[in-house]
Amino acid sequence: MLLSLEHLHKEYPGHKVAVNDVSLDIEAGEFVCFIGTSGSGKTTVLRMINRMLMQTSGTILINGEDTSKLDPVKLRRKLGYVIQNIGLMPHMTIRENITLVPKLLKWSQEKRNTKAVELIKLAQLPEEFLDRYPSELSGGQQQRIGVVRAFAADQDIILMDEPFGALDPITRESLQDLVQDLQQRLGKTFIFVTHDMDEALKLATKVVIMDGGEVMQIDSPENILKHPANDFVTNLIGEERLIQARPSVTSVGQIMLKSPIYITQDQPLPVALKTMHKSRVDTLLVTSDNRELRGVLDIETLNDEFNSGKTVGDIMDDKVFYVFEQSIVRDTVNRILKLGYKNVPVVNKDRQLVGIVTRATIVDMVYNALWSQDEDANDQTQIGNKEADIDD
Amino acid sequence: MISFFQANGAELILKIWQHIYLSFISLGLGIIVAVPIAIGLTRAKKIAGFVIGLASVLQTVPSMALLALMIPIFGIGSLPAIVALFIYSLLPILRNTYIGLNNVDPSVLDAAKGIGMSNMQSIIQVELKLAAPVIMAGIRLSATFVIAWATLASYIGAGGLGDFIFNGLNLYRSDLILAGSVPVILLALITDYILGKIEYVLTPKSIRV
Repeated sequence: MLLSLEHLHKEYPGHKVAVNDVSLDIEAGEFVCFIGTSGSGKTTVLRMINRMLMQTSGTILINGEDTSKLDPVKLRRKLGYVIQNIGLMPHMTIRENITLVPKLLKWSQEKRNTKAVELIKLAQLPEEFLDRYPSELSGGQQQRIGVVRAFAADQDIILMDEPFGALDPITRESLQDLVQDLQQRLGKTFIFVTHDMDEALKLATKVVIMDGGEVMQIDSPENILKHPANDFVTNLIGEERLIQARPSVTSVGQIMLKSPIYITQDQPLPVALKTMHKSRVDTLLVTSDNRELRGVLDIETLNDEFNSGKTVGDIMDDKVFYVFEQSIVRDTVNRILKLGYKNVPVVNKDRQLVGIVTRATIVDMVYNALWSQDEDANDQTQIGNKEADIDD
Repeated sequence: MISFFQANGAELILKIWQHIYLSFISLGLGIIVAVPIAIGLTRAKKIAGFVIGLASVLQTVPSMALLALMIPIFGIGSLPAIVALFIYSLLPILRNTYIGLNNVDPSVLDAAKGIGMSNMQSIIQVELKLAAPVIMAGIRLSATFVIAWATLASYIGAGGLGDFIFNGLNLYRSDLILAGSVPVILLALITDYILGKIEYVLTPKSIRV
């Protein structure tokens, strides 16, 4: 375990409890978002990790080492730190700013210069910026520097305290992308405090929801959307987001039509025509005897080859686009819409045909997502998201 | 004019030297004492009001009275004068240093601490540099005060350009008064100019106005 918080408790004089019994294990490479209203204790937890604040009781272990026994200054040099107000040194150039921690660690000038160039590239800013002063950069550019400064000495854990709270939405999004990219590329562990739910859901692999100093729920973004632990969490996520989130957490299996029209590959063509006629469709899915999906047959091909005496398997198009039952609707919707398919067969793990998603099904989904605030009950059954009533 | 210099030139140079000696030693001591106290006060804000208040009270003691009070303690000569001038130099430096340090953006301090600067590194590499213009303004103010008030030191036998002025007043000789006061004015102006240059050098490039 990279980082363990054990029964953290923080009390200010006058018995004001800021954080109460917070325990959490964080593995290397995780992106943990603390979210909550003001005064929920999320920033307090973050600042206890790098000992900007000292807990009243409880322990913090980094790689099994109790941080309260370490020198706080040395500890902080090992943890990246990004704050909301950026906090670049106004009297230092960007180069001096991003290599401040390496300088404190007494790296050679040469090594620091190499690092500075590397970091400015990570920040996706031009190299000339290295010799400018922070005041010559825009707020968003400054915070890019603030973010990469946290990586300067190869810190494994990066602490971020509402780093993008003061930026406009467009800049904020580009910085979120930067952080996401850095996490995926460098595999660092992030502890990120925010009050923006969209930000948390976008970035986190694990979301910690806090209220009044206590943890309300710790889970993956998907599970929090699927199973909010209590009313506070539901409120914090917001009704609208829960509804909009449904396509992203619903699996294809939940929305597909379960009786696709199909034919086995050894059937003669007249049978295929009859099936089409009877079911009033212009395309048939072709399967093997054990319902394994093999291809697709449309009416034009059937017409051309009708008198050739071949079987369905001979003339079908075996390049068929399909999705898996367990995959998430959101991805499927995009592919169906972008590629222009009228419908997409759904298969299980063994490639056996189990259903079909048609454009009509997707229209229903979109309709429900946009209108279901009025018709919530109706919507629930339609999507089949019955677990939305939480009791587990 | 020429005959005046012929008669008093050597003495004038001696008095100017005494004046510089008195005021610069006091000012130097003022800086050495007030700056560290002010830094300490930013770390102990609860007593800051009290200490700065005390320095303000000392400032209000009439200068003649303060010089006179020094005699029973330190006798006469340059020592009591230096102590008195030193006390006067404290307040502007103390107050400006405290204000300058307090005005450093808290998020910069939070970042400095958070990325792993020790208290000392934060003070030297960040706080004093950013507060330099305000601290220097206090030092320039103190320098002007001290150079002006050093004339009074002549009363307790410390010498300096005050000797010329008081002789001139006693003998009704305006040439002696001028010979004392014009160098004091020039000394104050030149010192302020030099300190201004030092301020420019000490102020980080990016925050120069």
